[in-house]
Amino acid sequence: MTISLRFLRRLKKLREFFSLLVRNRMGLVGLAIIIFFLTLALFAPFLRTVNPTKVGTSENILLPPSSQFWLGTDDLAKDVWSQIVYGSRISLTVGFLAAIITVFTGSLIGLIAGFYGGKIGEVLMRIVDFFMMLPMLPLMIVLAAVLGPNIWNIIFVISIVSWPTTARVIRSQVLSLKERTFIEAARCIGASDSLLMFGEILPNVVPIMFAESVLMVTEAIYAEAVLSFLGLGDPMNISWGMMLHFAFESGTMGKAFWWVLPPIACIVILIIGFTFLGTAITDVLEPGYKEAHGF
Amino acid sequence: MGLKEFVIKKIIAAIITIFAIVSVNFVIFRMAPGDPVRMMFRDPRISGEQMQLIREKFGLDKPLWGQFIFYLKELSHGDLGLSFWQRRPVREVIAERIPQTLLLVLTALAIAMISGTILGAFSGWKRGTRVDSFILALSLTMYSIPAFSLGIILLLIFAYTLSIFPLGGMTTPASGLTGLGYWKDVLWHMCLPAFSIVMWYIGEYVLLTRSSMLDTLRKDYILTARAKGLKESTILINHALRNALLPVITITGVNIGFAVCGVIEVETVFSWPGIGRLVYDAVMKRDYPLLQGLFLVFAISVVLANLVIDLIYGYIDPRIKVGGEKK
Repeated sequence: MTISLRFLRRLKKLREFFSLLVRNRMGLVGLAIIIFFLTLALFAPFLRTVNPTKVGTSENILLPPSSQFWLGTDDLAKDVWSQIVYGSRISLTVGFLAAIITVFTGSLIGLIAGFYGGKIGEVLMRIVDFFMMLPMLPLMIVLAAVLGPNIWNIIFVISIVSWPTTARVIRSQVLSLKERTFIEAARCIGASDSLLMFGEILPNVVPIMFAESVLMVTEAIYAEAVLSFLGLGDPMNISWGMMLHFAFESGTMGKAFWWVLPPIACIVILIIGFTFLGTAITDVLEPGYKEAHGF
Repeated sequence: MGLKEFVIKKIIAAIITIFAIVSVNFVIFRMAPGDPVRMMFRDPRISGEQMQLIREKFGLDKPLWGQFIFYLKELSHGDLGLSFWQRRPVREVIAERIPQTLLLVLTALAIAMISGTILGAFSGWKRGTRVDSFILALSLTMYSIPAFSLGIILLLIFAYTLSIFPLGGMTTPASGLTGLGYWKDVLWHMCLPAFSIVMWYIGEYVLLTRSSMLDTLRKDYILTARAKGLKESTILINHALRNALLPVITITGVNIGFAVCGVIEVETVFSWPGIGRLVYDAVMKRDYPLLQGLFLVFAISVVLANLVIDLIYGYIDPRIKVGGEKK
């Protein structure tokens, strides 16, 4: 009974949150962009015109956009539009998975460091500080080069470099939460540490975790694009960054803008979409947002 | 805590961090695939005996722990190993690329800092107006464009299509220019890469100066200055901007450390012969010793930049002299 009531209250809150989000202009634009690319990724096999991995015949090399090749062809006569469609799968997969792993790991460590404090917290935060001191891009490049070009390695590399930021944010939240009276009350009736952490404190940091994840997706998409552009992408899964890498390496970039501009546009628009959504979520979560906007 | 104690503590912390970086660097590259001796000497005629000799020379016959000690010993002599690709000491390969990177980064950062601060201060001063929202929107957009894609777009427009600027490099090959002509040529080559870096950093400076400016404008001494009937421009420059600049100085220090990393993208696109482009070449050639040396240079430069900022802050900020860590 209590559980279902609690669940219903949560659901109502969630619905209210989404209706606020959709009424926020930035939130709406961000969501629209993300849904557009999700559609591309989900229906890729139906939206593609040619098999994107199929190397074409020599007369089709570097053709400008036409009714047959919507966005032209590359130096191996592969269809650019079809590569763009499949590329959205890579960016979104890397973005979402890396964000989930990062925020999960970072939150767990932030939760433990904030809740226990003392020696454990001190040691954990020293590790976090050390990681934050390292230059991110070179570390990712070095790890990706050593581990080998593979989409799972890229996700791993992005996550291992990014979790400390989340850990810091969550820890500072937990530090202030654990001084609040409801935690004191729960402790008085004999709640165990794990119940306090996961039953009482965790639900209160979930909104921040959500906002963190959305912003983390942008970082991950950016990182994947840069790593792939630098030649560290997965050759079996052509991403937008990889397309740019091949265009750059081929030396024909100047003659084939249709091969270069679409992947750049997609990367930038997708990043802007998630940035807008993240900013909107942070705004909506701000206490007093609803009243201030007269909803 | 006195100033002396503060300085010593910061320096010890930096040394520990550098030692940790060196260890991490060693561990990561132990995971690298392939036999280093085979990678270095791609010659199947080398006999097993010769291989053994080479292994001994590079300390590869020792157990992992022994190899780490060997690595530290070599490192303390400034020896970073041999590059697979160039077959020269890594230290030499990296050292000859550093001046070009510093030239590009310092120029670009100086421009970004000055123009970003002016734009940000102006934006904060005119808060709520159309100019303000335009500057803000532009900065946010620039912030979300990856540096390498901005570089590619600039390259397509100004080099390939309009042919105003060169396609890359730092000088015109075989031009034989000397003196002023040489520097003019370098400047011409530097325009696009520097502009890309400026655009990448300017957003940060605009946003930072703007918010710092908004904070300062709310202070009582601005009201006092207004009440005294001072000119608006005097208030802006002498009272507001001066105090709003402190966080800008901090971020510059952090940026100099990190900028060296940001140039990897831009130098790659424009084939600028600095250490950023060297990272790309090392990746493409799978030259692990070179990559290992480069990572060390990047990581240590970030640590040192942070140390310098901390020390400057300790000197400027009276709270540190009096005592008490910030909590």
